[in-house]
Amino acid sequence: MIRFEQVSVTYADAPGPALSGVDLTVPEGELCLLVGPSGVGKSTLLGAVSGLVPHFTGGTLHGRVTVAGRDTRTHRPRELADVVGTVGQDPLAHFVTDTVEDELAYGMESLGLPQDTMRRRVEETLDLLGLADLRDRPITALSGGQRQRVAIGSVLTTQPRVLVLDEPTSALDPAAAEEVLAVLQRLVHDLGTTVLMAEHRLERVVQYADTVVLLPGPGEPAVVGEPAELMAHSPVHPPVVALGRLAGWSPPPLSVRDARRKAGPLRDRLAGRVPHARPAPGDAEPLGRAAGLTVRRDGTEVLHSVDLAVRPGETVALMGRNGAGKSTLLSAFVGLHQPSSGTVLVDGAVPHRTPPATLLRHVGLVPQEPRDLLYADTVAAECAAADQDAGAAPGSCRELVRRLLPAVSEDTHPRDLSEGQRLVLALAVILTARPPLLLLDEPTRGLDYAAKARLAEVLRGLAADGHGIVLATHDVELAAELADRVVILADGEVVADGPTAEVVVSSPAFAPQVSKVLAPLPWLTVPQVRRALEETG
Amino acid sequence: MSTARRGALHAGAWWLWALGLAAAASRTTNPLLLGLLIAVAGYVVAARRTQAPWARSYGAFLKLGLVVLGIRLVFAVFLGSPIPGTRVLFTLPEVPLPEWARGVRIGGAVTAEGLVFALYDGLKLATLLICVGAANALASPARLLKSLPGALYEAGVAVVVAMTFAPHLVADVQRLRAARRLRGRPDRGVRALLQVGLPVLEGALERSVALAAAMDARGYGRTARVPRAVRLTTSVLTLGGLLGVCAGSYGLLAAEGAGFGLPVLLLGLAAALGGLFLGRRRSVRSRYRPDRWGVRAWLVSGSGAAVAGLMIWAGEYAPQALHPPAVPLTAPELPLWPAASVLLGLLPVFVTPAPPLAPREGKEARTPRDPSRAREPWASQGPRAPREARPLSPSEGPGTQGPPDRRTSQGPQASPNPQPARSPRHSQDPQAAPNPRSQPHESHEPLASRTPRAPHADGVPLSKESEESRESAQ
Repeated sequence: MIRFEQVSVTYADAPGPALSGVDLTVPEGELCLLVGPSGVGKSTLLGAVSGLVPHFTGGTLHGRVTVAGRDTRTHRPRELADVVGTVGQDPLAHFVTDTVEDELAYGMESLGLPQDTMRRRVEETLDLLGLADLRDRPITALSGGQRQRVAIGSVLTTQPRVLVLDEPTSALDPAAAEEVLAVLQRLVHDLGTTVLMAEHRLERVVQYADTVVLLPGPGEPAVVGEPAELMAHSPVHPPVVALGRLAGWSPPPLSVRDARRKAGPLRDRLAGRVPHARPAPGDAEPLGRAAGLTVRRDGTEVLHSVDLAVRPGETVALMGRNGAGKSTLLSAFVGLHQPSSGTVLVDGAVPHRTPPATLLRHVGLVPQEPRDLLYADTVAAECAAADQDAGAAPGSCRELVRRLLPAVSEDTHPRDLSEGQRLVLALAVILTARPPLLLLDEPTRGLDYAAKARLAEVLRGLAADGHGIVLATHDVELAAELADRVVILADGEVVADGPTAEVVVSSPAFAPQVSKVLAPLPWLTVPQVRRALEETG
Repeated sequence: MSTARRGALHAGAWWLWALGLAAAASRTTNPLLLGLLIAVAGYVVAARRTQAPWARSYGAFLKLGLVVLGIRLVFAVFLGSPIPGTRVLFTLPEVPLPEWARGVRIGGAVTAEGLVFALYDGLKLATLLICVGAANALASPARLLKSLPGALYEAGVAVVVAMTFAPHLVADVQRLRAARRLRGRPDRGVRALLQVGLPVLEGALERSVALAAAMDARGYGRTARVPRAVRLTTSVLTLGGLLGVCAGSYGLLAAEGAGFGLPVLLLGLAAALGGLFLGRRRSVRSRYRPDRWGVRAWLVSGSGAAVAGLMIWAGEYAPQALHPPAVPLTAPELPLWPAASVLLGLLPVFVTPAPPLAPREGKEARTPRDPSRAREPWASQGPRAPREARPLSPSEGPGTQGPPDRRTSQGPQASPNPQPARSPRHSQDPQAAPNPRSQPHESHEPLASRTPRAPHADGVPLSKESEESRESAQ
C-alpha cells in the first residue's frame, strides 16, 4: 500500500539529509508504528506519504514514494487526498471549519462528492467514532480526546485507504488516549485501513502494532520488523520491554498481559522485598499551599475547594483528565488566576498580589509550551536576559545551562534546539532566580525516552537540593519514577492525594506498566526492580 | 432525502436583517430611536444566538461601539465642534496654531450643543457597529461562505480563516503575557503588549502554515479539467466585466458621459456574472447541507428591509423627529410611527426557533449525557470502543442504513458517480470502491458489540487472584 524506494529527503539549507536511504513497504490493512528518537526524521517520513514532503515543505526528495500505486512525485497532496488521510500533531491546527459536522464534511466537499453521499458518510463516521452527541458542537468546546477523534473522523469521511498520524496520543490523558486507540483498532479491523503512525509513548501503542519501523538514528537505515523482534534491540522501548530485557525474557513482552504471563518467577524472586522507601519530606513548613482554593473562569468553576501543600524536597505529580484543572491550579500558584475563594500562599507571598519580579524568587513555572518563555536569538543572550530578570549575578544562568545542557553551543538559536533541550533551557531560565518551588506543566510532551530520562535526572537532583516540585502530567511512567506523592484532580476537585505507590496502583488508568505486571507487589519502575535484583544477586 | 439542516436559518437572512437595521440607524440621529434599534438588535441576539464561538463576538462589538462613542466625544472636546453653541460648559486652554492651520482648533470653549451633536453622531456610528455585531453573532461566517458562488469560494475561505484566527491571536497574546510574568517581567502595560507582538506573529504564521498544509492534504484546491476555450472565456468575461463595471460607474458619477454609464455598467455586471458562472466549472467542490432560503429567511430578511424602508419613508414625512436639532438644545422626542416601525425588527424572535441549549463551555466541556465522560478516570480498563457509540436503531436518524423510504428516494447507492469524469488518475474514486461501511449486516447490531477483539493488553486483569491461581496451576 505504501512503498518507499531508496528515499532520501534533504531540506534546503540543512547540513545533512533529514532522511536517507529508506526502503520500506507497508502492506494493506496493517497498523504500522514508526519509532525512533527525536530528530531522526519521523515527521518527514510521514509527510512524504501524504505528499506534503516535498510539495509543501520544500526540499529535495530522492527515490520514489508510492501510495496505492500513485507516485507522490507526480501527485500533489490534494490529489492524494482521497487515498491518504493525514492528522498532524496538533489537531487544532487541522480544523478548517467551526463545528464538528461541517469539519467531517469538509474533505468530501473538496473532493466534490454528491450531497447524499456526504450526508450518509457523515452519519456513519459520527457513529463509528462515537461523536454523534457532539455533532453540532463548536470545535473549540471539545476536550482533547474528542478533538483528536474529530480530526481522525474528518479525514476518514473521504474513505482514505491509508491513515497517517503523527503522535496521536501524546497530548492526551490515558483515558482519552484509549478512546483514540480504540478507534484506530476498529479502523484496522473493520475497514482494513492501513495506518501508519509515529508515537513517542510506546507503552500506549506498541502492543497494537503489526509492524514496527525503527529509525535508529539520523542517517542510519530504517529497520522494519515484527514489534517483539525489534523491541529486543530498539534504543527506544516502553518500560514493559525494559523489564523483559532485565528479566531476560525473549522475545520481550509487548503488553502487560504477555509480561504477566512470564512474570511468575520474577515475582517469586522479588517476593518479600520492598522498594527502597524515599525519605519522607517530614513536617517542614510547606513551600506552597492552597487551601480551599476555588477559581472561576468565564463563569464556570474550574477549581473547587482544592487543598494542596508542597514541602521542600517533595515531588508532587498532578494528574487527571485533560481539562480537569491541572494547569489552572499551577497558574494559580504563580498568580495568573485570582482565587474567588480560599487562599494560595507561596513561600509566604500571595501570588496574585506580588509583582512578577519578586514572585520569580518564590515560585517558577515552566509552561506547557516552553518556547513561550524564550525570546532571545541565542542561548547566551537568553541567559543574560534571565540573569537580568532574576537579578542574579551575571553568569548564573549560563552556569546552569552548562550543567544541564552540556552539549549545546551558546550560539544556538533556541528554536533550533530539540524539544527536550528547549524544555531544559526554559527550566534553567526559571531556575536562575532560585525559586524554592518549581512547577512544570506537562513537561514530557513530545520528549523521547532518552530526553525524558535526562529530565528525570535533573528534577531528581533539584528535589535533592530541597526544591519543592509539582508536575502536571499525563505521563504515568514519569509520575511513578519521580513523584513522592500523586494528586488526582477530576472536574476541578481533588479526588485522590497520597503516596505515589498507593494512589497509582489502585487505579488502572494511572498505574505504570511495571506495577501492572508485578501486582500485587509494590514495584513501580524498572530501576527499582533492577536495584532489587542487583542486591539479591 | 433532505440534506438541509432543520431549524437553521440561512446565514444571509440574518445579515440582511442586520443591514436593514443598520440602514435605518444611518437615517436618524434621534438618540431614542437609536437606543430602540440597539435594544431590538440586542434582544434578538440574546434570544437567538447559539453557544458557538462567533456568537460571543457580540460583546466585543458592543465595547467597540462604546469606544467609538468615546472617541467621538473626546474629539469634540479637544478639537471643538462646527456647531455654533451658546451654552459654554467649560473652556480649555487653546493652543495657538500657525496661520496655515486656520480652521483647525485645539482646545477652546466646549459647548453643550457641540457635545450633544457629537453624542448623537457617535451614537449613530455605534449603532451601525452593533448591528453588524448582531449579524456576526447570529450567523456563522462559515455558513455564509457556503452560500457564495463557487468561483468566489477560495477568496471566501481566506476571509473565514482570517476570522477564526482572531480568537487564536487573542489567546496567544494572553498566553505570552502570562509567560512574561513567569520570566518576572511586568505583564501589564503597553510595553508588555508590544514585546509579545513578535512571538505572537511568529505563532500566527506557523499556525497558518500548518493549516495550509492540512487543507492541502485534505484536498483543498482540487480543480477539474476544463477545456482551454472555456478557461479563456472565463478570464475574458471576468476581466472584461470588471472593467465594464469600473467604466460604467465612472460614467454614472462623472459629469460627462452619463448617457453610456448605465448600459456599460449593466453589461459589465452581466459579463462578470457570466465569468463567475463559468468559473464554477473549474471547481469540483460540492456543498454539504447548504442552507435553504425558506419562508423564515424571507420573513427575517423582510423584517429588516421593512425597518429600513419605513425609516427612509419616515425621513420624508417627519425629518424633524428623526434629526432632533442640537441648536437650540431641546430634549429629543420619541416619534410614534418610526418607533413602531423599528419594533418590526423583533419579528425574527417570533419566527425562528430557539437555539438548542448548549452544554457548558470551555475545554473541559462535558455533557452529562455522555457516559464515557461520566466515568472516573481510573475506572477504564484497556482500549475499547468509545462508549458513546450508541446502538443504531432505525428510528435514530440516517445511519448506515436509513429507513426504506429514504433509501429509495436516494436512489441506488451503487449507481455510478454522478460527478463528471475527472482526470484519469482519479479513477480510484472512493465512490467506485465498494463501501465497506454500508454492508447491511453491520447496521442494526449495537456498535459496542463490534469492538475489535484487541489483544487484551494494557488493562489490569480484573481478578488478579484467579489469574494467579491459574498460573500457579500451570
